[in-house]
Amino acid sequence: MKTVRLSGIAVRVHPRASVVVLCLAAAGLAVGLFGLSTGSAVGVGEALRTLFGQGDATSEMVVYSLRAPRVLLALLVGAALGVGGAVVQSLSRNPLGSPDIIGVNAGAAAGAVLMLLVLGTASTQAISLGALACGLGAGLLVYVLSFQRGVKGTRLVLVGIGVTAMLQSLIAYLLTRADLYESQGAKVWLIGSLAGTGWEKVWPVAAALAIGLPVALALSRALALMEMGDSAAGALGVRVERLRLVLLLVAVGLSGVAVSSAGPIGFVALAAPQLARRVTRAPGPGVGSSAAMGALLLAAADLLVQRLPTPGQLPVGVLTGGLGGIYLAWLLYREWRS
Amino acid sequence: MRLTGLVVLSAVFLCMSVLSLAIGAQEIPLGEVWQQFWHPDGGETAAVIHELRVPRTLLGICVGTALGLAGALMQALTRNPLADPGLLGVNSGASLAVVCSILFFGASDMSTWVWFSMAGALIAAVVVYALGAHHPTRLVLAGAAVSASLIAAINGVLSLDAGVFDQWRFWDVGALAGRSLAVVEQVAPFVLAGTLLALGLGRGLNALALGEQTGQALGVRLGRIRLLTGIAITLLCGAATAAAGPIGFIGLMAPHAVRAFTGPDHRWVLGYSAVLAPALLLAADVLGRVVVRPAELESGIVTAFVGAPIFIYLLRRRKAIPA
Repeated sequence: MKTVRLSGIAVRVHPRASVVVLCLAAAGLAVGLFGLSTGSAVGVGEALRTLFGQGDATSEMVVYSLRAPRVLLALLVGAALGVGGAVVQSLSRNPLGSPDIIGVNAGAAAGAVLMLLVLGTASTQAISLGALACGLGAGLLVYVLSFQRGVKGTRLVLVGIGVTAMLQSLIAYLLTRADLYESQGAKVWLIGSLAGTGWEKVWPVAAALAIGLPVALALSRALALMEMGDSAAGALGVRVERLRLVLLLVAVGLSGVAVSSAGPIGFVALAAPQLARRVTRAPGPGVGSSAAMGALLLAAADLLVQRLPTPGQLPVGVLTGGLGGIYLAWLLYREWRS
Repeated sequence: MRLTGLVVLSAVFLCMSVLSLAIGAQEIPLGEVWQQFWHPDGGETAAVIHELRVPRTLLGICVGTALGLAGALMQALTRNPLADPGLLGVNSGASLAVVCSILFFGASDMSTWVWFSMAGALIAAVVVYALGAHHPTRLVLAGAAVSASLIAAINGVLSLDAGVFDQWRFWDVGALAGRSLAVVEQVAPFVLAGTLLALGLGRGLNALALGEQTGQALGVRLGRIRLLTGIAITLLCGAATAAAGPIGFIGLMAPHAVRAFTGPDHRWVLGYSAVLAPALLLAADVLGRVVVRPAELESGIVTAFVGAPIFIYLLRRRKAIPA
């Protein structure tokens, strides 16, 4: 840990972590650029020229209205999930903690499935809105149910598991009662997919991230203190209960918005902070590095999904689980060897 | 005090077993159920009781006991209150094996799936255990990582093949209905072996709960306790998932609910969980037959809907005791 002073402002910097964050961000951007040229019509060079305003009408159409929103959404959703995961894992002091576990994902999923299977609507906006409302509602419900002269980390997570279990069995019930074709469509939504993304899905996530990421970064030192326990943090001058509420709002808001536009993409929120922590070897919640790791993970998975020779395009959630899982298993294996 | 509680709980469990025999889509008076249970006359009522309700009740007892014990063992092994028995990768391994058996071998009946899912559960558990043994946090992460990869493979198949998805979605809700006595006979030996092993591990797990060094100082071989616990979890959870599909919540909830009464002593937690979980599962199953008569709700669905509010109520009312 080093302290950098610049004209009166002092910032504490962890050198290795900073380098890692820069590398991850660069890798994410590179993957994103590569993603712009995925498909048959426009190559990498042409895509780059188009970005700088030198392309023809066709490639502008392809890059700006088809590929750019999808690539951006992948990066933004990945970052939002990574931040949400880092915050909740720190708050609950549990590596299994992620926004999924406090009911947000299950709520959003139940909302979307209700829209798809019960109301029978196919409009993307209605589905996203239903998902957002139910996701935020579930997060709020969990918070209220676990509030009892303050919210203890363990109780919050356990109540979250209870609510999640109810929502998931509701989803399983709806899936078995619907007709096969609609049910499988809902299943694809439940795995999480970025196909058919337009700009209207990108803006909400960008806005949520623009508010949530700075707040989470600013609070990350206090969050690191909270990892030592409520009483220790309180003694060091952290207003524990208020901070927890703000951080939970950030996590729930970020993942609620992310999930409502891309579906409950699995494992990014759980894996990104764990992977980031192992790569940066820095203490603390690692909000920035988790964001960069999440963005890279999701963008890479989405690129692969489009390039893999499968009979139909797989939903991206399949690969985030697969890639993230195998990568984490490999890191654990290396730790075990050393 | 704790013994009285266990006796009361056992009585509740017996009541639930009787209710599970007596209540169903077809209304049969209790006296006739009793009569037909002991002296079947070969008629339709006897067939309903002996071919439908008896296997279903026995299965509920097997699966409930297995899940309750596996949950208590898992939380003790990982020292993590969020660990559910599926965390060792057992559920997702079993699930992937069932998906593969449908995809490659066209298997479509329960008694074939049972063997596939037992094998899948075993393989997944061995991999997770090899990656994460020796440290509770690593075990949790290894379980999550392996499960995520397996679920990804399952989702990949399901999103490309509608036929497999159609069969899988009914297995995945988790249910006790529609299994013959043969399925019970297939999994009962595994559940029995796992139960005996689990009940013998209480003292060792108490030592494990004190931490590495204290446990060792007490003369307990921690490595052996961990390995045996892993084996017991795999036997119990693998058998339960094979027979009934993934019924998730009950294994996580039962030990938590129980600890409010027993305190942290694992011998009691295991004993209570082994009785509470089947009582709860049978209650959920009976409720599932009644609420939407003459149709049914799968017990995997009802379990969460009945269990979760009780669970949250207990969490709010009593001081939660850490695993």
